[in-house]
Amino acid sequence: MTKKQKKTLKRIILAAVILGVLILLTEVAAIRDRLPFPESDVSNRIVMILLFLIPYLIVGYDILVGAAKKIRTGHFLDEVFLMMIATVGAFAVGEYPEAPAVMLFYQVGELFQSIAVGKSRKSISDMMDICPDSAIVLRDGEEIEVDPSEVEPGETVLVKPGEKVPIDGVILEGTTSLNTAALTGESVPVDRTVGDKIFSGSINLSKAVKMQTTAAYEDSTVSKILELVENSMDKKARSEKFITRFARIYTPCVVIAAVLIALVCALFTSLSVGDSIYRGLIFLVVSCPCALVVSVPLSFFGGIGAASKQGILVKGSNYLEALSNINTIVLDKTGTLTEGSFAVDAIHPNEISEDELLDIAALAESRSNHPVAESIIKAHGKHIDASRIGEVEEIAGKGIRAVIDGRTYFVGNGALMSDIGAGSHECHLPGTIVHIARANAENINLCNNVTGNSASSPLASDSDVCEYLGHIVINDIVKKDSKEALSSLRRVGVKRIVMLTGDNEKVAEKVSKEVGVDSFYAGLLPAGKVEKLEELLLEHGSESSEKSGVAFVGDGINDAPVLTRADVGIAMGALGSDAAIEAADIVLMDDNLKKIPVAVRIARQTLRIVKENIVFSLVVKIGIMILGALGLADMKLAVFGDVGVLVLAILNALRVHRIKA
Amino acid sequence: MKKSFKLEDLDCANCAAKMEDAIAKIPGVIKVNINFMAQKMILEAGDDKFDEVLELAKKVVAKVEPDCTIIC
Repeated sequence: MTKKQKKTLKRIILAAVILGVLILLTEVAAIRDRLPFPESDVSNRIVMILLFLIPYLIVGYDILVGAAKKIRTGHFLDEVFLMMIATVGAFAVGEYPEAPAVMLFYQVGELFQSIAVGKSRKSISDMMDICPDSAIVLRDGEEIEVDPSEVEPGETVLVKPGEKVPIDGVILEGTTSLNTAALTGESVPVDRTVGDKIFSGSINLSKAVKMQTTAAYEDSTVSKILELVENSMDKKARSEKFITRFARIYTPCVVIAAVLIALVCALFTSLSVGDSIYRGLIFLVVSCPCALVVSVPLSFFGGIGAASKQGILVKGSNYLEALSNINTIVLDKTGTLTEGSFAVDAIHPNEISEDELLDIAALAESRSNHPVAESIIKAHGKHIDASRIGEVEEIAGKGIRAVIDGRTYFVGNGALMSDIGAGSHECHLPGTIVHIARANAENINLCNNVTGNSASSPLASDSDVCEYLGHIVINDIVKKDSKEALSSLRRVGVKRIVMLTGDNEKVAEKVSKEVGVDSFYAGLLPAGKVEKLEELLLEHGSESSEKSGVAFVGDGINDAPVLTRADVGIAMGALGSDAAIEAADIVLMDDNLKKIPVAVRIARQTLRIVKENIVFSLVVKIGIMILGALGLADMKLAVFGDVGVLVLAILNALRVHRIKA
Repeated sequence: MKKSFKLEDLDCANCAAKMEDAIAKIPGVIKVNINFMAQKMILEAGDDKFDEVLELAKKVVAKVEPDCTIIC
């Protein structure tokens, strides 16, 4: 609790005690009997007013001062003013204990609200406690501790165990494990060694490492995340906007209604003037829209907080709202459903063993850095003896001719095989096929000629010249949790899952069957993806109906236009990718697809709590107003309608923090 | 020019909405956003008029919520 809150609490307790004693005394009639005047006497009333003014002023003096100040400025029609009118009115109609009681309850509600909001604020800032306090820079061989913002890109920084990585960079010296939970929500430590990129905000767990910074502090991951979370509340959800608009017209309406009720009762019914005013006051007390105005942003704030704990950054309440309505999810294939890196899927040798075929391919490709070549070298995994490799020549768009152990080999696609006349055959498996052929020893020169004028090769149909050895099938591997993530998406209510890819039909079909999407569109260029998404948006987008929406999930590298166009754009693996953070509405710091159903669930729960609060507050308030107008509600019920509803709505809003993955 | 300010002692969500409304009506304001949960205000106004607008905004804040102050 802050100082101000503690002070308010003391005042509340003091006033409550005094009020309790006073009520007890008047109830047992001790005062009434001993008072020197009969009850109806004016002096008696003055004594009563003076007595009850003590707790009233103790608990409510700041309200009165505030209301007075506001009347002077002309902006007076708010809850402080209402409370003043209601309590002064209670004194005026002779309900003395009610005035301090109403004020007391109002203050309890305010205190509760202030504590709840403070706690929420703190929970976010604690969670966002990823800001490094200082950095140890090595300048001229000396360790100097400086503020992270003073470190230039390219400097060497020492990160000791237990400290936060202050700035994004690359490890120069040492190996360590890092806890990236604050960034990704993933609690399993990751090992990083020389040459690996490390991100600010992760915590060094085991050993001291030296790193070279690659960015300034302002451009580091930690600053980007903080900025994003801080600004996330600036984009307001529809329900939030609705509430502020609603409050704007609601308060004046209720005040007018209260005056009307008091007038009508006084003029056209047998009620006394005092009782008529009292009815109007009940209206005023319930009228405060606080419960709504506070609990709605509080819920969204909590929802965004709960999501960021999971490494899911939501850029605004409006996106949380949109995500809760999602019924169609469109996913990019490469890098999203699949790893985005190639791996050897199958080895189909003709005569030789699988290992021999892979060995030849790896040797031939060993000098290439093409992703396909890299995957073959990785699958080979063994030491590559460079002395076995002779002349290597790249045949653009087709493959490689390489001399290995003195013999010429051709490694490449189908076009290369037909050029050299090796009788290759297509594979039944989808994917990228790398064919391998060997030039027969006696015809080596003939084969060599091929590369020069391949198109018009006279040897194209002579299969004796080059011997076909077999092929290697390379595929982008499906992430191991893609399938599970998609089925949990269905469990949270996503009706349609679509995959878009630039890859060919055959590969797309294979992946789509493996992960279980409803439909796929293959062979799309980036512009084609936007077009397809627009078709889907027409059908299922938020414009087609309130309760639907299309989310697009991509890795943000080349799908920025699609991310922007979708109702909700979700970028994965955004750690270290500024473009993705920029383009997306929701950012997954790691590339775990399973975070998407978690995000949807958090969004749905948040929205449910928001709706519960709106409906509950309005129903109770309107109910009490109707009862009040009919003379069936007393001030106690009215206070419940204000403070009670506020407290319950806040408690309900705080549930959002407890949403678990 | 777009600048972010901290609002100290912003205790009531309804007041935040009212301030936002009133500040938006100040001539020269391009956009204003008051974030109750983060106790923050983002004010966007023309470069030449910014200081003038900020002074008026401070007055508006003091009017709506006397306890609350804009920290520059």
